[in-house]
Parts: sequence; structure tokens; C-alpha cells
Amino acid sequence: MTVCQIGCIKSSRMEWTDAEAAAEARLGNRQAFRVLVERHTAALFRLAFLMSANEHDAEDLVQETFLRAYKHFHRFDASKAAVGTWLNRICVNCSLNLIRARKNRREEAPPDEPELNWLEQVAAPAPTPERLTQSGQIGTMLGPALNMLTEAERTAFILRHYEGSPMDEIARTLGLKTGAAKQTVFRAVQKLRAALEPAWGGVRR
Amino acid sequence: MNHLSDEQLTDAYYGEPSGHLETCEECRGRLAHLRQLLDAFHEFPIPRRAAGHGAEMWTRVLAKLPAERPKNGWLRWWVLAPAFASLLLIAFFAGRLSQVTRPPQLQGISETARERVLLMSLSDHLERSQIVLANVANAEPGSADLANERDRARELLGANRLLRQTAARLGDETDAALLEELERVLLDVANSPDLAQTQRQIDREGLLFKVRVTSVSSRERGEKL
Repeated sequence: MTVCQIGCIKSSRMEWTDAEAAAEARLGNRQAFRVLVERHTAALFRLAFLMSANEHDAEDLVQETFLRAYKHFHRFDASKAAVGTWLNRICVNCSLNLIRARKNRREEAPPDEPELNWLEQVAAPAPTPERLTQSGQIGTMLGPALNMLTEAERTAFILRHYEGSPMDEIARTLGLKTGAAKQTVFRAVQKLRAALEPAWGGVRR
Repeated sequence: MNHLSDEQLTDAYYGEPSGHLETCEECRGRLAHLRQLLDAFHEFPIPRRAAGHGAEMWTRVLAKLPAERPKNGWLRWWVLAPAFASLLLIAFFAGRLSQVTRPPQLQGISETARERVLLMSLSDHLERSQIVLANVANAEPGSADLANERDRARELLGANRLLRQTAARLGDETDAALLEELERVLLDVANSPDLAQTQRQIDREGLLFKVRVTSVSSRERGEKL
């Protein structure tokens, strides 16, 4: 029985598994593609938001991810990756393009306000760790700390920490060898520790 | 005793097993400290999205997908769809008129099939209308070329009228009212030069949301039949 036949006998298209929907979408079935869009939007939005740190950009990134996926579905190989992993990879690439474009725009534009020094901000000695914990301000430090990372470090950390991606998948996404990807995650963790520990100190929650 | 390096501690945090941790209290303490710090990143606030976020994203994506290639160049979907919808409706009416002469046990079966066709037609029609409305609602005032949307709105008007009349005749007041609202806006899209006013009308009546909800619920009802 072909995937199409399996799809046809399902009473609802939402019963399609990812693999079935991907196989159908690859053949140009828009309803199957719709299943994938509706099913993966939430996870991709989370990933896009973590990468871009901007809600509106994240929405646009998810849309761009699906448009690229539709255009290049013939390249999707189910034997190499799950469709969710493939979509994550596209989303990461779109996000990196956006981050680079933002960086170029910042470099071209005349500076109208001084650059924020995130390290100074997160490591500022003024508020004590106890006060920060009590007021929930430590939560507000996480974004700036993530912004200190390089593109590769941020990507590697987000994939490892939030998506639970294995090292070989992170390596493929970043175009690195597995050992180098592991080093990138480690460097990211070290930078985050260096940024947060002065304020975090010995806080126990 | 050789303690774990920071890199090995990081690996341990991400689940790589380490026998050393079982015997070394100091390294367990360092790992606990690292865990506190890294676990805090799971509290990073992600903006919440409504339950229909996936369906909303599909509408956005669908509006940007290339038009499906027609088998014949001149037979585009927005020409065929209303014609097909009209044919289905004619079949529906014909079925209703001929019901009187059929045996009672067949009436139930054909009624269900016809209701399914009607619900699926309604859902398809609303889905196409939704794309037009979304494009108009998001158009930049003064700069957008809305010729395609105007053409599509004109094509959708015929099917909309038939569906509205059918809904009214069957006593489905909610669908009839929605289709009436939609017809007014489609007329504006097709003919009014005042884009801003049409956009305000779409926004004021919350039409996009109502159309989306009814489209989804009609499809679900149709699929259940």
C-alpha cells in the first residue's frame, strides 16, 4: 500500500503521521503540507523566537521556513532526518540570515546611541543576588546573556539546551565536525557562566 | 583524585554518564551549581500563542505559495472553483427536489452525502475568501496592486450568493448572516476604490476570525459525516 493510499483511507488528514504527511507533501499535496504547518508551527515559533529574540521576527521566520520547505521539499530525505529536524534546520538557517542582515544594517547605520555592554549589564555589582532572585530580575538577564554569544554558539546552545538535539545533528546544522560542535556548545556554556555567575553567585533556589 | 574538567561537567549536565560523579562529592556539588544556572534558561519567557496559531500560519503561508499549476492555462482555480461550487449546489438542489419520490431509506443516505458536500463547499469557499481578505487587510495603503484580489473577489461573489441563499433556505441563520457580511466586504473589495475603508470594515467586523472559525468547523463537521 502506498503512502497516498494510507493517507486516503485515514478518516481525517490530521491523523497522518509526520512521515506520511511529508511523503505526500513531497508529491505536491497541499493538504499534507498543511498538516505539517499546523503541527510544527508552535515548535518552530519557539526556536525562531529563541534565535531572533523578537516576536514579530519569529513569526516571519516561521513563515519563511515553511515557504522554503515547500519550495525545496524534493530535497527532503526521510531516511536521513525526521521532518521536524529538517524544518528546524531550515528555521535555524533563516534565523542566521536574519541575524547577519541585522548585523550588517547596524554596521551601515550611524550609531545614534551607545552600544549596550551586556557583560557590564549582567555582571553589574549593584543589585545583590538575593534582591535579583526576589524580584525575578535574573530572568531578564538571560536574554542579554544569550545575545553575547556568537551566531554558532547561540545556535549550538539553543539546539542542545532547548531542543535536546544530539551533537551530530548540531554539527550537521552548523556544518562542523561533531567534536567542533561539542566545543562550540561548551564555549557557549562557559560564556553564559561568566556572564551570569557574578550576579548569580551562590544563590540557591 | 582527578576532578572533572568544566567540559566534562557540561557533558554530564547534558546527560553523558560519568562514573566519577558517583564517588566525588565535590564534583557533584559543582554539577549541581551548573545545573541551577543552566536550568534557569528554561524559564526564558517565550511569548504565548493562541490555540489556532498553526491554522493562522497556514493562512499566511498559503497566501504566499505559488498558484497551483492549472492543467489548462486559461482554466485557473479561481475560475474553476466557483463554477464547481455552483455545480455542486445545483446538484444539491436537484437532489432535494427529487427526494419526494425516493424511498424513505434512501433519503437518509443521500441527505447525509449532500450535507457533507455542502459543508465541504462552504469550507473551501470560506478558505479562499479568507486568503483574499487577509491579502487586502495586510495591503499597504496606496502602494499595493490589488487587481488579483479584486478579480478573485468578483469570482467568489457568485458562489457566495448561492451558499448564502442555501443557508437561509435551510434555516442556518448563523452561516447565512456570516455569508451576508462576507458578501458586503467582497463587493467592496471587488469595486470600492477606498482600500482603507474596506480594511476598516474587515477589522471592525472581525470578519477574518469568523470566516476562519466557520471554515474550520464546517470542514470538521463535513469530515465527520
